[in-house]
Amino acid sequence: MSQAEQKKLDLLITGVGGQGAILASDIIGKAAVTAGIPIRAAETHGMAQRGGSVVNHIRIGNDYGSMIPKKGADLLLALEPMEAVRYLDFLKDGGVVIVNTQPIIPVTVTSGLTKYPEVPDILEFLSEKYIVKAFNADELAYEAGSRLAMNVVMVGAVSGYLPIPKEIMLESVKALVPQKTIEVNLRAFEAGRRKVEES
Amino acid sequence: MTMREYMLGNVAIARGLLEGGVQVVTGYPGTPSSEIIDTLAARKDLDYHIEWSVNEKVAMEVAVGAAWTGVRSVVTMKHVGLNVAADPFMTLAYAGTKGGLIAIVADDPSCHSSQNEQDTRRYAQFALVPCFDPSTPQEAKDMLPYAFEFSEKFEVPVIFRPTTRISHGKSDIELGEMPVEKTAPNFEKLLDRWVMLPKNARPRHTHLLSIQQSIEDALAESPWNSLELKPDAKFGVIGAGIASVYAKEALVELGLEVSYLKIGAYPVPKKLILELLESVDAVLVFEELEPIVEEQVKMIAQEAGLEVSVLGKTNGFVPREGELDVSAFLEALKKTFDLEPETETSGTALELAPRPPALCAGCSHRATFYSMKKVFGKDAIYPSDIGCYTLGIQNGTVETTLCMGSSISVASGLYHAGEKRPICCSIGDSTFFHSGMNSLLNAIVNKANITVTILDNRITAMTGHQPNPGVGYTATGEPTVQVSLEELCKAMGAEFVSVVDPYRLEETQEAFKAAKEFEGVAVVITRQPCVISGKRAGIRRTPYLVDPEKCEGCKQCVKFGCPAIEFNEKNKCAVITSLCSGCGVCAQICKFDAILEVKR
Repeated sequence: MSQAEQKKLDLLITGVGGQGAILASDIIGKAAVTAGIPIRAAETHGMAQRGGSVVNHIRIGNDYGSMIPKKGADLLLALEPMEAVRYLDFLKDGGVVIVNTQPIIPVTVTSGLTKYPEVPDILEFLSEKYIVKAFNADELAYEAGSRLAMNVVMVGAVSGYLPIPKEIMLESVKALVPQKTIEVNLRAFEAGRRKVEES
Repeated sequence: MTMREYMLGNVAIARGLLEGGVQVVTGYPGTPSSEIIDTLAARKDLDYHIEWSVNEKVAMEVAVGAAWTGVRSVVTMKHVGLNVAADPFMTLAYAGTKGGLIAIVADDPSCHSSQNEQDTRRYAQFALVPCFDPSTPQEAKDMLPYAFEFSEKFEVPVIFRPTTRISHGKSDIELGEMPVEKTAPNFEKLLDRWVMLPKNARPRHTHLLSIQQSIEDALAESPWNSLELKPDAKFGVIGAGIASVYAKEALVELGLEVSYLKIGAYPVPKKLILELLESVDAVLVFEELEPIVEEQVKMIAQEAGLEVSVLGKTNGFVPREGELDVSAFLEALKKTFDLEPETETSGTALELAPRPPALCAGCSHRATFYSMKKVFGKDAIYPSDIGCYTLGIQNGTVETTLCMGSSISVASGLYHAGEKRPICCSIGDSTFFHSGMNSLLNAIVNKANITVTILDNRITAMTGHQPNPGVGYTATGEPTVQVSLEELCKAMGAEFVSVVDPYRLEETQEAFKAAKEFEGVAVVITRQPCVISGKRAGIRRTPYLVDPEKCEGCKQCVKFGCPAIEFNEKNKCAVITSLCSGCGVCAQICKFDAILEVKR
């Protein structure tokens, strides 16, 4: 087995337009390149970004296309609970779901057209087939200094599963977040990482 | 040591253009192509001309003029943009070029951000020009310097066709060198080439046909088309463009020993196809959108009298619509070998709420649509156009969307057909400058009786905030003339032109009432900067909150549909979240004065 083969990992990041899914995937992508591992990613841009459901594919150690095959993802990182369920078709049976439990209510619900499922129901549903790590990443980000750092909390949370050394991940965070927010984001990363390590 | 960087496909494409020595760059924004020019425009250290043109036809013609001086030029657009630019493009193929000329036309299989999923490779076939179809962002970057050289060698324009997954994919990219030398422009007066009179066009058509074989032969030898023959394999796979890597991944995973032809440049390499067909009993052709390679393969097999089964889109092995992936290839293989398709067991038991994209909190389009609906009512007809505001379909004020600039002309047609209901159409500022202007002129001259609303948010918002002729600066941020929409409309003969602030509901509704009464074409310009670009430019407004003491729970503000307004079912009160941008429209809608500015 080649070195790249050992480092193969397919990760899906899901969330809502505006939550910073692209920055989260960039931090991982840049770190992979620094670590000398090939990487492919696919992102949602354009009209779909305007508060819509978004999904990013990240393929570490991959030389082919950027799209993860159905039931191919090892990990699902969901920045929002309902968005964890929407793309489950991509996750392997027995795969790991790391989920932020803070919901964002879509306009279809606020305007009374549909209902938002109860978060405990979502988590129970996920637990039937997958390994679930659930916590409120918005609160951890707030404690770290800014709710806007939620995406970096989640990157920290998934970092332990990635074939990339922690120091390289931290360098990547520093390089990609706004200069003034580096300290907050480093704390956010550590908080997310600790949460998953402890669980 | 080689340099590797993590890049967006479109950034890699921009890099490829620089490595290819581009000197003039033009284009019109359109997902998924926009970031190419955005990236190049941000490079203040480099010396080339770069512009956002008013539409794709104009962009194409500027790039043609530049290439006719011998410099390398590129024009970028989305797939449907080539429909707009098709007029110059089709004849350009006859005239040809001097400097390398690449038309980058980005396709959008699955219509992620588009009104159709047409296949640009058909245009290449139609115009008889070469087409490059990258399979990865790395290949996209590497193809571009080659494409410039190819265009110069054969003196023909070429199409470069990324798809959404190339343009908006990311990858580690190995960088190449950038040339230092520049070509000095020298327009040679070759009138038999540049003046497409019938007497010149006829021999140029003959010439274009005469070089097709040499083009095909050269591309068959290129790195973009390659054949791997497995001596004992009786089954072959042909993969084109990005679909080729999906097929390759599946074949490697399954460990299948098949012969494999990868196609990345057109016209298709007949030589290689024939070689493959002669060695196998069946081939599966895997390509996104139209069965272009498949049709060619069938023709080649028939001409050569070969009894090979050609499987693909025309016989149901591969879907013709939507984008493909590894799973689609596996499905095609299962059908080929008569294997049982996997039964879907996963079916989500949990009912999910749909989360469609929506206009931003504080978006002025929502306010405009609110007033429009108030004045014109449910009975009126609302043709609209292409932009963020197409999301107004959720507000009941978008009832047609056909193509860029079509709202005013479709509205005219509805009127001239004899529709007696009031007609109020909407179009964004950029779309108006793009091609809506022609439609307005036409509506006025031909005496339509309609209201035209120009949603002037001072930017091309949906594609990522590119400037347009109304904003007063160019692609690179250099100040330029700021074209006045109202003066332009008046100059085209509009007798009713009213400019309002859509955040002021009363003022806007008064303007719509007057426009509705007006006999003829009435223009209402609703002007308020896009909340995203406005925020970046430093516009700050005080956010609002709901006073629960005064809120009666009537939900009028909730029904407005702003993502910042939620409803608390426990205390039956509306709540304004931190998304509030302070437009203040909901405070005007509230009948109980329960929505107030946050006191600092």
